[in-house]
Amino acid sequence: MKTVKVLSSLLLVLVVSAMTISADKSVDGYDIGDIATDFKLKNIDGKMVSLSDYKNAKGYIVIFTCNTCPYAVAYEDRIIALDKKYKEKGYPVIAIMPNNPNSKPGDAYEQMQKRAKVKGFTYPYLMDEGQKIYPQYGATKTPHVYVLQKTKKGNEVKYIGAIDDNYQDVEAVEVKYAEDAVDALLNGKEVPETKTRAIGCSIKI
Amino acid sequence: MKRLVGLLLLVFLLHSCGDKSPNEMTQEKTDPVIETASNYKLDIYDYNGFEGFLLKKDEKTYVINFWATWCAPCIKELPYFEQLNEKYINQNVEVILVSLDFPKQYEKKLIPFIKERKLQSKVIALDDPKMNDWIPKVDEDWSGAIPATIIYNKDKSQFYERSFNLEELESELQKFITS
Repeated sequence: MKTVKVLSSLLLVLVVSAMTISADKSVDGYDIGDIATDFKLKNIDGKMVSLSDYKNAKGYIVIFTCNTCPYAVAYEDRIIALDKKYKEKGYPVIAIMPNNPNSKPGDAYEQMQKRAKVKGFTYPYLMDEGQKIYPQYGATKTPHVYVLQKTKKGNEVKYIGAIDDNYQDVEAVEVKYAEDAVDALLNGKEVPETKTRAIGCSIKI
Repeated sequence: MKRLVGLLLLVFLLHSCGDKSPNEMTQEKTDPVIETASNYKLDIYDYNGFEGFLLKKDEKTYVINFWATWCAPCIKELPYFEQLNEKYINQNVEVILVSLDFPKQYEKKLIPFIKERKLQSKVIALDDPKMNDWIPKVDEDWSGAIPATIIYNKDKSQFYERSFNLEELESELQKFITS
């Protein structure tokens, strides 16, 4: 009987942990306060880029984005503006293209190079080769923003979500979520809204 | 040994309690905006106007699919929703295709697409840029990626942030119409 007891509790632990894993799958990825992984990804200029390359950065605006999603395209100019505004203040934009180019040829490396040139991206535009990074962050769509703050523990996730509250019309934007987050961090304050949502294109696997 | 079976049963029960109750929120309906383009009338809603489609408490089971003409995986699964609509129409099932196309694309892309594909399911357009306000009202777990689908009736509701094939869609629908 004792063995059965031991066995059954062991089984329970196993099953419960298996369940937890499967239940977590849909909400995988980082939450506010988690430490984000660094990476080494190929930029459009052929060089490898890591967060740790930015010795003087206070943090990062990591944006999963791509060429082919109309929402991502609608935000291109605003992403450039974000980089211009915050790079010098210590929060550079790091753009990562998470789609599988075999499913989305418009997001192939050469197409990324072209788009960056046409639009004059001021920030690195990295290929998530093998699609290993976006699942760790828990990005589900493009564009998807993660504001990270460099701390002693590592790069702490401080904001997840949209760039602002109106994709259609820059003039009609009322809340600039990503800017508000970075401004708060620069001023040593709490991020006012840590998580927001927006429609986006699902990441193509 | 009995204990073991009991445990397994408990675990199984826990596992199958995933269904969520329907969204309880109600808001005033606003009149849909009607736009005419080459003999086609498209009903356009902001979220307040649209919300009623998620809150119906009649005898039907509703399959609400969020899509857009620019969303490749959405276009891929659209025929399955059409087939579902046709096949289950006599079993009190209604498919509603909610387009999230940009308003400036309604005439250029969306309406031509609806006509070209001869879509039989009801198509409506949701135009509400305040996405952070309404996405969580559709479902707390929705990140905003499309395709996304809700199946609901007056008893239960389930949200899916994923793509479907016909088989998967039918098997999900069965949970709603065989009870």
